[in-house]
Amino acid sequence: MANSLDTHLANIRESRVWQSIFRSGPGGSNLHRALAIQQNVFLHLSAVKIRKKSLAFRVTWYLGTLSLGGLLILVVTGIPLMLYYHPSVPQAYADMKDLQSVVSAGVFLRNLHRWSAHAMVLLVFAHMFKVFYRGAYRPPREFNWVIGVILLIVTLLLSYTGYLLPWDQLAFWAITVGSNLLSSVPVLGPKVRFLMLGGNTVNANALLRFYVLHCAILPLAAATLVAIHFWRIRKDGGIYAGKGNAGKGQSQ
Amino acid sequence: MSTTMNTKENNEKQDVAAAGSTRRDAFVKIGVGSLCVACSGAAVFGYEFLSPNVLYEPSPIANAGKPDRYPPGSVTQDSQSGIYIVHAAEGIYAMSAVCTHLGCLTAWKPELGIIACPCHGSKFNREGTKIEGPAPRPLEWLKSTISDEGDLLVDRSAPLEQKQFVRT
Repeated sequence: MANSLDTHLANIRESRVWQSIFRSGPGGSNLHRALAIQQNVFLHLSAVKIRKKSLAFRVTWYLGTLSLGGLLILVVTGIPLMLYYHPSVPQAYADMKDLQSVVSAGVFLRNLHRWSAHAMVLLVFAHMFKVFYRGAYRPPREFNWVIGVILLIVTLLLSYTGYLLPWDQLAFWAITVGSNLLSSVPVLGPKVRFLMLGGNTVNANALLRFYVLHCAILPLAAATLVAIHFWRIRKDGGIYAGKGNAGKGQSQ
Repeated sequence: MSTTMNTKENNEKQDVAAAGSTRRDAFVKIGVGSLCVACSGAAVFGYEFLSPNVLYEPSPIANAGKPDRYPPGSVTQDSQSGIYIVHAAEGIYAMSAVCTHLGCLTAWKPELGIIACPCHGSKFNREGTKIEGPAPRPLEWLKSTISDEGDLLVDRSAPLEQKQFVRT
């Protein structure tokens, strides 16, 4: 049985269709496995070879990977939520209530989105602290630290913009307070607040702007920065695994 | 033929090299210059696009009805328009209910005789003076007038520098 399954899989791998997609072709050699990574648009962000000790739990506590997992869950749950949510003043709150009570699996998707959002903020902070206290931000990884700080800001902005969308009292006053905090920035503050809200009060324009930021602009920014973040791990000599690995420079 | 051309070109190159810049440099300058102009134009265009010219926000002038609705000594809160109408001994005055700390809506507590903000605990007396909390300024007094129909109009966009009372 297992034998015939292996044969079937081998046949598929040797087919013309498979080989037109995966150029490296069949084979289990190190070269083939390296090519399988290198020639895949997603996997090529990572190195073809990783030190075994950098995969140990104690090195990273897998916090970066868990943050990515949070982001993926948020994208996968967020897109279906968009199908039932209208970012308009009369409908936003009612749509959120409908998702909780009327839409099949709506309450599951909404709560998964909400809890994952909380978890991701926590994980991103934990990831940052872990990197900081291990000294993994030091050269040659200082630029990736900067990318990471920008990603932290994007994560917080995603969290903040998503907070308004239920359009309940909590959301309204939270954004009122938050935007008034912004306007206490000298010179530019009130102007930036006006542009962010699209008006002087938290109103229809603010809801729409936060929706566009939350569903299009910030996720695109996050995806781009995450790609650079991962690619830089490879370019900076892999994950910092401890003293023996410090400052080895570029390996790939 | 080609030899003469080369010589000519070489001469030209030497000439411009002597002058300090080549034709290519000039084109690069024009290119970078126009790119800068286009970018600043796009920035201005983007800024203008993002700041709305017409706002569909409620009018800053709130109609508080006939002044005799407010008995002497009373503090009346209108949460919809975010104002207090206070009838003091000197006359009627209107005050913004928006906290000067971070913009939350405060509430009148008749049992304590104070105004309290639910967000960060600022407390004010009925004149808007801060009793405690993080609010940096007293509550704003708003310009109020009596319309031709005899209604009390409160302009929420016009905070007063000095206390003013409406006498009826």
